Amino acid sequence: MIASWPCPGPHGQSEEYAFAFDRGRMVRLLIVPALFDEANRTRRMLVDTMRLLDEAGVDSFLPDLPGCNESLQDFSAQSLHAWQRAMTQAARHFGATDVLAVRGGALVFPHTLPGLVLEPAKGGSILRQLLRARVISAREAGRQEDSAALLEAGRSEGLELAGWHCGASLIAGLESATAQIEGQRIVSQSELGGGGLWLRAEPAAAPEQSAALAQIVLAEIAT
Amino acid sequence: MSDTESDTDSTLRAILSDVLGLSPDRVAAFDAATGLFGDLPELDSMAVAGLLTEIEDRLDVVIEDDEVDGELLESYGNLLAFLEGKVAEKA
Repeated sequence: MIASWPCPGPHGQSEEYAFAFDRGRMVRLLIVPALFDEANRTRRMLVDTMRLLDEAGVDSFLPDLPGCNESLQDFSAQSLHAWQRAMTQAARHFGATDVLAVRGGALVFPHTLPGLVLEPAKGGSILRQLLRARVISAREAGRQEDSAALLEAGRSEGLELAGWHCGASLIAGLESATAQIEGQRIVSQSELGGGGLWLRAEPAAAPEQSAALAQIVLAEIAT
Repeated sequence: MSDTESDTDSTLRAILSDVLGLSPDRVAAFDAATGLFGDLPELDSMAVAGLLTEIEDRLDVVIEDDEVDGELLESYGNLLAFLEGKVAEKA
């Protein structure tokens, strides 16, 4: 259930955590999580999907992005490039045969692997939403902030957004990033039924969505 | 009520249902006076940012920072009236 993998970091190799079902089977699915708060909101649904895949004979791995979840790396040192390199390393370490990237995970997944992408998000949309959250909370606190000025400062100095200390390279990378989808099947939320859990203000389990996603994954990787 | 207005209404209810994790029946019972930000503890600044971004995507409108204030999000009626104005501008 708990696995670790060696990940390149700014200070050499570090051990990173992955939640895993590994029984040495043929089909081994790497799940690249969504970015920022969306990773927390979708985690329970994904873990329930992994349990169903395990029952169906598929191994799966949900690694942490460096700087996120259990990772000891510094979040502010991260960039999309570093996350992509880390996910490629995780894929190699676990011997992944297929990939499932979720939302902003599509910006950093190893796109040479076959598989699926669930509702890919654009970097610009993710950044816009984080900037907006910052402007709204500043206004609640009686301060006026401006998205454009924040972004300008963030590009050179980094920026704290919704509690995340984003380095300048992460901000700059997000601005223009789009998913590099190379033949992976794009799964839309409507196929899972119900609303996207990344939208949900209060995260919850969604067993019917987990079951639908597991079926779609099984159908895709069997073909 | 024109078709465009009723489309905006049903789209906004669907988005609120997704964001708040409420059943469509509960969201269908929202009226113009139903309180949003302030009355619904789930709607923190991050959730409001997600809500606005989703509204922009699904209604194909742009909401500027300076248009987002306490009054806009005070009640369902205020938010709906604002968005119906945005959709009408676009047409």
